[in-house]
Amino acid sequence: MAVVDTDNILEEEHHHHEPFIAHHFDDAEQQFDSGKLGIWLFLVTEILFFSGLFVAYTLYRIHHPEIFEQAHHFLDKRLGALNTIVLLFSSLTMALGVHAAQNGDNKKCGLYVLITMVCAAMFLGVKAIEYSHKWDLGIFVRSEFSYHPHTAEPFHVSPYLIKLSVIPVLLLVGFIAASFFARASSKVALSKFMGGLAITVGGYFVGVLIGMTFMALTAENEHAQLESPSQAPLVLRALTLDDDKHDDGHADADGDAHADGDHSHADGEDHAHGDSHAKSPDLGRDVGIFFSIYYCMTGLHAIHIIAGIVALAWIYWRCLVVHWRPDYFGPVDYVGLYWHLVDLIWIYLFPLLYLID
Amino acid sequence: MASAEIRNKIFDTPETNYLNHTRGWKSWAFTLDHKRIGVMYLIGVTIALFLAGAFALVLRWHLFWFEGGFLSNEMYNQMFTLHGAIMVFSFIIPSVPAALGNFVLPMMIGAKDVAFPRMNLMSFYLWIAGTCCLAAAILSGYGLDTGWTFYTPYSIETSTGVIFATFGAFILGFSSIFTGLNFLVTVNTMRAPGQSWFKLPLFLWSLYATSIIQILATPVLGITLLMLIAERTMHIGIFDPKYGGDPVLFQHFFWFYSHPAVYIMILPAMGVISELISVYSQKRIFGYSFIAFSSVAIALLGFLVWGHHMFTSGQSPMVTLIFSAITFTVAIPSAVKVFNWLATLYKGSILLNTPMCYALSFIFLFGIGGLTGLFLGALSTDIHLHDTYFVVAHFHFVMVGGTLTALLGGLFHWWPKMFGRMYNDMLGRISCFLVFAGFNLTFFPQFVMGSRGMPRRYASYDPEFQIFHQWSTFGASILGFGILMSFGVLLYAAFYGKRCGANPFKAASLEWQSSSPPDFHNFIHKPILHDPYDFDSQVYDKDLDTYIPRELADPKTVPPRREPVHH
Repeated sequence: MAVVDTDNILEEEHHHHEPFIAHHFDDAEQQFDSGKLGIWLFLVTEILFFSGLFVAYTLYRIHHPEIFEQAHHFLDKRLGALNTIVLLFSSLTMALGVHAAQNGDNKKCGLYVLITMVCAAMFLGVKAIEYSHKWDLGIFVRSEFSYHPHTAEPFHVSPYLIKLSVIPVLLLVGFIAASFFARASSKVALSKFMGGLAITVGGYFVGVLIGMTFMALTAENEHAQLESPSQAPLVLRALTLDDDKHDDGHADADGDAHADGDHSHADGEDHAHGDSHAKSPDLGRDVGIFFSIYYCMTGLHAIHIIAGIVALAWIYWRCLVVHWRPDYFGPVDYVGLYWHLVDLIWIYLFPLLYLID
Repeated sequence: MASAEIRNKIFDTPETNYLNHTRGWKSWAFTLDHKRIGVMYLIGVTIALFLAGAFALVLRWHLFWFEGGFLSNEMYNQMFTLHGAIMVFSFIIPSVPAALGNFVLPMMIGAKDVAFPRMNLMSFYLWIAGTCCLAAAILSGYGLDTGWTFYTPYSIETSTGVIFATFGAFILGFSSIFTGLNFLVTVNTMRAPGQSWFKLPLFLWSLYATSIIQILATPVLGITLLMLIAERTMHIGIFDPKYGGDPVLFQHFFWFYSHPAVYIMILPAMGVISELISVYSQKRIFGYSFIAFSSVAIALLGFLVWGHHMFTSGQSPMVTLIFSAITFTVAIPSAVKVFNWLATLYKGSILLNTPMCYALSFIFLFGIGGLTGLFLGALSTDIHLHDTYFVVAHFHFVMVGGTLTALLGGLFHWWPKMFGRMYNDMLGRISCFLVFAGFNLTFFPQFVMGSRGMPRRYASYDPEFQIFHQWSTFGASILGFGILMSFGVLLYAAFYGKRCGANPFKAASLEWQSSSPPDFHNFIHKPILHDPYDFDSQVYDKDLDTYIPRELADPKTVPPRREPVHH
């Protein structure tokens, strides 16, 4: 039994704690370790949260490999790759931000965190282009799936894109106004903060513009595919032909698509031959499931990006009011780890969805 | 050696404690104190228990006559669904960890609070929000009739409030994750100086194992329920066979969470029992490390057996065989615990007070619940027993006979610490007897009728089963009265009970070194660490009329150690 110093057993009445150490922690180190372990465990739950979707992906890919091979032709590899680069770069700036916070350099940290936020918003802008383009073509989740190919003018603004951009526009106006208002009432940090948020939302529109440019570059290629169906991927042919199903001249190709659909049945999943059968061939129908999974995975990922922007904004604010110091930078580190995870999940999503061959 | 003045200061009932150091509803609603959050959780889960329990009694009385009583078939379906959903998601899962665990976990490691107090409060408010969503399914008039398992495709087709309920369960999942995450971090980083893992009370080992499950399993439920909501609103075709989806996939996802969740329900209860058996036998727990590691083993094995819920759902025979085999291995760590508890009782100086009575009935009831699980884990018998009252009786023996009994036992054990007042022990023991007798009367007949083929979830049944149902209904009424009485005894004690000292039961874990009720900071001194099962480390102090650590006692009155200290 350890010797107990019974004379000094009472806790002192008043702890002289540093203000940044919560009252229930003994010291800065314990606080940092707790936060670090906590964020790692949180990341574990995040991975498991996505795991359900990855399992669903795996199962449907095992059961319908041909669908997955074909369906990715609807996805724009170049936009996917662009977004990958944007996120990778944002992870770099995040890491630099953490490094700056460790040195207590709040100004630098704020700059890097701001760049990270802008990249995140750019990612969302590109995603908005991808989504709205697909919706234009009728590529929705399984039950709404009704592919009707057409080529749009370059830089055509889809009505879906306008709907998606309503909130960013409002945010942009709001943040700019708030920034000026704060400056007028000489709240410097708040003005900078609002300005930073406005720049972040600006990143979204940069993403939209870059996405549009890419789309314009690929439009010709897409057009060519529609002109000569024999060049198009099988799935496009099947879906295109089905669109004019009143035309008897295409019976041959139609049968082809059905054969492929039957192949997927041989894999033994319980498919209902409901009313949907009349609308589109099996292949087209199951491509809808691919897009259900695609929207679930990328949508959930996009929600995490948005949550990441909110968390980064909090870090950015605390940079502006100079909170970080070499012995207290935990939250920057934790948000950084979260951001790397969001990046990492995209690193998996990109090849799984875009690069199947 | 400490002076009498210091002793009084530390152990005597204080003027201000965590209950009254601040006043007003805001001081509770925005508290970050783990003790207050624990008490609020306790009130919350008790309300959920009584609500879902009332549903159970309605069901039982409806089944009193074979042609069915006063409920329409639709109402009957909604009633058993809400009974199950509220009991599972709002009561059993948070009961022991979030109410009792929140209160004692930081104190057991000599800490001031859990690692993330704000997250802890958030967990409680998420619990309220989730439970309100479940309740909204009732109040909105839609109801819910899918069973608590939300199986597809029915959960996609039914017109009842599936979205309300699944969203509620989703939120409750986050509440559960936050509690688990908090506990893991707290135990890892905030133990008292010198408190190694093997000086933790076994309750903490079981809470730790529980938290691992909460962290690893609950997110999967979260995404599954989100997918179900998406399926219902947008028909994404992942679970719905009409759109090429796979309903069995939903069952896999659901049970990947919900089977480990069974261990979220029972492991903390087992931890409570380890404490109770040892303290009220005043004997070192037998096989400490075996009990500790069996908790971890149960947590890990729990992830590998989910398929045994789906023996009749059309899995491949090979998978079924493997799941059955792994299911049997869970019996090993469970039996390790039971044998160690029994060995602890052997030659102990047993005090048959209320908590101990509950602990002993736990061992009996959990034993039956566990052993009947083997019939269900075996493939051939399960084909016969699947979806019968045998299953209902089996899991009620584990969930009610196990978890609820342990919760009540734990409440009677820690109540004097929580409120500084002692309950009427005789009334407590009577409540325990009523719970025990009522419970057995309720569920033993269900084993019999289940094995004779009475299917579960039916609003009416063949006349030959009527006598069993009637016994069961009588039993349920007694059980309900017993539970009410136990809470009545506790509630009365909290306000009017006799004042009690810091450590009335001569327990050796750290939480008993605070005053009763504890100070806001838990301890006003540095608690003196002993092995949590070294009861000889505590000695009686006449002035304080309670047990205090040997080191702080008046040296003139300290008796010599009875046995050498183990290390």
